[in-house]
Amino acid sequence: MTTTRVFEYAPTAPTLDADDPLHGELLTLNMGPQHPATHGVLRLLITLDGERIVKCDPVVGYLHRGKEKSCETLGWHKFFPHTDRLDYVQPLTNNVGYALAVEQLAGIEAPPRAQVIRVLLMELSRIMAHLIYIGTQSIDLGAVTIFFYSFKERERLYDILDAYTGHRMNNTYVRIGGVYADVESGVESLIEKFLEDFPVALDEIDRLLTRNRIWYDRNRGIGVISREQALASSLTGPVLRGSGVDWDLRRAQPYCGYENYEFEVPVGADGDCYDRYLVRMQEMRESCRIVRQALERLKTTPGEVLIEDRRFVLPPKDLVHSSMEELIFQFKLVTDMRLPRAQCYRGIESSKGELGFFLASDGSSKPLRCHIRAPGLMNIQALPLLAHGRLFSDMVSLIGSLDFVMGEVDR
Amino acid sequence: MQDVPELVIWIAKIVLIFGGMIATAAIMSLAERKVSAWMQYRYGPNRVGPFGLLQPLADGVKFIFKEELIPAGANKLLFRLAPALAAMPSMLTIAVIPIGTTAVIGGREIPLGIAQLDIGIMYMLAIGGLGVYGVILGGWASNSKYSMLGGLRAAAQMISYELTLILSILAIVALSGSLDLNEIVASQREIGDWNICTPMGVLAFVLFTIASFAETNRHPFDFAECEPELVGGFHTEYSAMRFALYFIGEYCAMTVMSSLNATLFFGGPSVPFMPDAHWALGVLAFLIKAGFFLFLFIWVRWTLPRLRFDQLMRLGWRVMLPLALFNLLATGAWIAFTGDH
Repeated sequence: MTTTRVFEYAPTAPTLDADDPLHGELLTLNMGPQHPATHGVLRLLITLDGERIVKCDPVVGYLHRGKEKSCETLGWHKFFPHTDRLDYVQPLTNNVGYALAVEQLAGIEAPPRAQVIRVLLMELSRIMAHLIYIGTQSIDLGAVTIFFYSFKERERLYDILDAYTGHRMNNTYVRIGGVYADVESGVESLIEKFLEDFPVALDEIDRLLTRNRIWYDRNRGIGVISREQALASSLTGPVLRGSGVDWDLRRAQPYCGYENYEFEVPVGADGDCYDRYLVRMQEMRESCRIVRQALERLKTTPGEVLIEDRRFVLPPKDLVHSSMEELIFQFKLVTDMRLPRAQCYRGIESSKGELGFFLASDGSSKPLRCHIRAPGLMNIQALPLLAHGRLFSDMVSLIGSLDFVMGEVDR
Repeated sequence: MQDVPELVIWIAKIVLIFGGMIATAAIMSLAERKVSAWMQYRYGPNRVGPFGLLQPLADGVKFIFKEELIPAGANKLLFRLAPALAAMPSMLTIAVIPIGTTAVIGGREIPLGIAQLDIGIMYMLAIGGLGVYGVILGGWASNSKYSMLGGLRAAAQMISYELTLILSILAIVALSGSLDLNEIVASQREIGDWNICTPMGVLAFVLFTIASFAETNRHPFDFAECEPELVGGFHTEYSAMRFALYFIGEYCAMTVMSSLNATLFFGGPSVPFMPDAHWALGVLAFLIKAGFFLFLFIWVRWTLPRLRFDQLMRLGWRVMLPLALFNLLATGAWIAFTGDH
């Protein structure tokens, strides 16, 4: 099942006949790193034969900030703000992914209430990320107004996160052993209001796009990636599920108690841009279902949101100011928090696919190695394969539907 | 009024109609932003003047004071010439459109329209077809790959859709029996006589409207400038007033197409149920009809996604052109059997 092989490029792609007088020269087009459709700083070296793409070379690394190395020099606690900046459209999901890996290394588990809050935050983040996808995909295909419709909903999610964490973006609200603070009833009612209105707004976007003939033509049959190809190029997330593989880490390797929630995993059939669009639309609806269940669970799961384990978890600030022991713990944790000598890998289902953190500890206060498996990077790998032989205009459909965020790809 | 020289009246008409079209282009640039803002939960420009009404003026001033860049390696002559070539045809073609019937001022009869050509439509199509030069030369002269691709796409698209446009107009010419736009208007005096009220007129109207979107390079056929792929298309490298000229040219072309739509299918200045209405009312009716089609341009742009280039060509050659040919044939048959013009 896990054999790797080199793909054959699309057999239908035309080849350039140098002797044919009607064929001119190939055109090399440098698309990006500053280009309206490359979603950040992706650079694509495209060779065109007329309007047809003969070759496409993605060049990544323009947003490389050395996040993995930062983790290795900053230490366990201080890396959290950096995880926000990986896939910056869903900071809290990255927080949770990193926290789960560290917790696995430390051998601790977040309390039940914190796990419910994490699920809540991750699913809200998933909706946020998919709304970005809908917005950018539609603006790339010319339906500019849909962008504003989806961003209006996204704005409400920002308001919710603002009410809960005090930040709109880059929230850094997950901690080793739980979350920073409890969800208050005001935030809960905001989320409930959102859950009431959001399906209506989603239906409106659905009506404007799904059965729109132009939208259908621009997405159906474009970027077809077969089940085998998707598995072999280690694609995950909606791209893999669009190709008909029923694989979702929330169900395959549950974490944060996902096994207790009821939800469907939408799966596509053809593996083209349209299926990936449908999968994401359906996932937003399923996320709403999970958020609803999580809200119910919040009412029935009282307790702490952060464990009291002074080996790994910072003491509350007021105790630090009043108690000698807590001050010592604080000092010890900030300067020299040690994890057992071990290594671990933890993958979670982010909106883009499997977001994994590999952490190796040599028993010191800093990680020996931190590696981040970014689903977006794997998605970009599929781009040359999908682009080959397609028209130049299809490039924007492909870039949009593979849905990567360069902050995560380049790290 | 009787002793005013003919020349003065002509100049007054040119200033009024030509100035009116330029003003329409300015208003459209504001309307586009305002209407799109209303559709997208935004305010749109609202800083300059009351409700942002002076925004076009501010834009104009800004365009004039911006630095004009000519890219290295560009063909300087053509680069400078192309925007003018793009803006000119639509400004010339407005001349033959009758914006009203005949005004009676001080006992003198003045036909409303700069020129009364008996081959008005031929003139329009001939001059309007030149617009593609501005686009393709601008794209080629910029020495930019994106511009060139945009220019080529625009040229291919405008040439393909011009066929449909001409054939759909021909059906109307056959129905009205004249190439003179004044005659076409005169043949649609009452609402029942409007060309839209015949079955062939409806099909011709649909074809004409779609083709006019493609002719003016407007969404969903704006390949020449589709931002996500080609950055700015043929005008990627243009700045300041040269860019503004392309812009004005596009809006003027929209104005002409909307006016033509109103004239050919909706009786131009004919007021519904009031065939003997005052001429000023006729001008108002014309403006309302043309204004609606201008709004349609904006409405469609902010609603639909964009077609792909090959899909557009397929639509043009495989659907629109056969339908237009069929429509022309049907019109001929209709006239032959009914003997009715």
